[in-house]
Amino acid sequence: MLNYDIVIIGAGPAGLAAAVEAKKGGVDNILVIDRDRELGGILQQCIHNGFGLHEFKEELTGPEYAERFIQQLINLDIEYKLNTMVLDITQDKVVHAINMEDGYMTIKAKAIILAMGCRERARGAIAIPGTRPAGIFTAGTAQRYINMEGYMVGKNVFVLGSGDIGLIMARRLTLEGARVSAVAEIMPYSGGLTRNLVQCLDDYNIPLLLSHTIVDIQGKDRIEGVVVSKVDNNRKPIPGTERYYECDALLLSVGLIPENELSKSAGIEIDQMTNGPIVNESMESTVEGIFACGNVVHVHDLVDYVSQESRQAGSNAAKYVKDMLIRKGTTLKTKPGDGISYIVPQIIRTDNLEKHLDVFMRVKDVYSNSKLVVKVDGVSVREIKKKHMTPGEMERIKLDFKLLKDINDSVISIEVEREVV
Amino acid sequence: MEVKNMICIVCPIGCHLEVKNIHGKYIVKGNQCIRGREYGIKELTNPTRVLTSTVKVNKAHLSRLPIKTKGGIPKNKINECIEEINKVELDAPIKIGQIIIENIQGTGVDVIASRSI
Repeated sequence: MLNYDIVIIGAGPAGLAAAVEAKKGGVDNILVIDRDRELGGILQQCIHNGFGLHEFKEELTGPEYAERFIQQLINLDIEYKLNTMVLDITQDKVVHAINMEDGYMTIKAKAIILAMGCRERARGAIAIPGTRPAGIFTAGTAQRYINMEGYMVGKNVFVLGSGDIGLIMARRLTLEGARVSAVAEIMPYSGGLTRNLVQCLDDYNIPLLLSHTIVDIQGKDRIEGVVVSKVDNNRKPIPGTERYYECDALLLSVGLIPENELSKSAGIEIDQMTNGPIVNESMESTVEGIFACGNVVHVHDLVDYVSQESRQAGSNAAKYVKDMLIRKGTTLKTKPGDGISYIVPQIIRTDNLEKHLDVFMRVKDVYSNSKLVVKVDGVSVREIKKKHMTPGEMERIKLDFKLLKDINDSVISIEVEREVV
Repeated sequence: MEVKNMICIVCPIGCHLEVKNIHGKYIVKGNQCIRGREYGIKELTNPTRVLTSTVKVNKAHLSRLPIKTKGGIPKNKINECIEEINKVELDAPIKIGQIIIENIQGTGVDVIASRSI
């Protein structure tokens, strides 16, 4: 059996930032494992710019952002294994993995950091009726084909779902010479960032059909077209509004799911709302010594926040190895209130806080001129005014350490309150 | 008089702007802050975009190299620039930041590699 202080699963933005920070935290014996043939994860196929505005104060492309972290990893001489698949993790922190060079191996770790990211929801997850022809791709798969492998997915493309990857691929396909007839979104608002709506759709005159969905896919061997229908307030198609769009490819950008098969086999508790591990202030899961960060915990819209969160996981895993994390003491729970779908972290052990705690959440609907109200056991302690909030943009608030100490067994809830005009 | 409606992308609020050009004088409506005004005028007078794409690369583990324009290029030159980018074919190794096309389409902006390969 191999022995390491910290084993990190996944070498995307989360794993890289966690590894670098763990090493800086004074732990030398670290191993990063990834199933891909190179470091950087999904960033390597995200060739568009807009990464790093918070982290590096400049607009980088995905590969550039990745390269900066990869360079840090190499400079710090952190060990990594590529083309390696982790098969299982046990509660006593043994990692079972396999690759072509070492064969099957078991690795005993003092701490584990889960950084597996997420995967895309596919056609099966949203149950679109119709035939099952070739030419239906998730947006990320098409992105990898076009940007890395050099294959074009179609000449006349329809996009379902207005998540960021869908919007970015609509532009990318247009630049590569395809015609994108429209992007349909079942919700009355887009799931992507405004900047992507403007720079990917408006710039190229690609129509966005809000409150629309696909009700039929046609074509025998290759997709020939889709039937698109308007939906009512309950997201049910309205008969009589059907319209046919000819296409030779359909891209799906219909959401991401944190990839937690390994977390589950380690006995980690999963939050039903995030589909990721329940974590505490130190990004530690419900299994002692197993930490998690990035999209495996909850789906982020900015990689900068992934890096930031993962540094927390990295430095706290290092503290754990050095027995510096406080296990007992005051513990609080967070609870999403009205209008909030989830909050991360779910558990706060106040003794481990230094100055303040970043709390991440998503709202359930589009709100303007409203406020986020933080309550301790039902009593309002802080209000933050918000001009505009949408489910597509993650909200982040800093909770002051002073606000949280000296309260034990309490529930911190955050809710949306509409401002009375 | 020229009028253009647009959505401001300076921050997540996404104000709906109406920008008017009355004989060279710009009036921005719908913005909630000064940055929105600046954005609106720039979008009407000289909108620029950083263009990202790929070029063909040989002798590497991948068949495409990601590239970007080092700064913003005028929005109306995107098509010409993409055509020129599509003609490029290179051999690895290539270093991140290496110039792939100098001063593309006379914009004064270089196209550079956005990864090493």
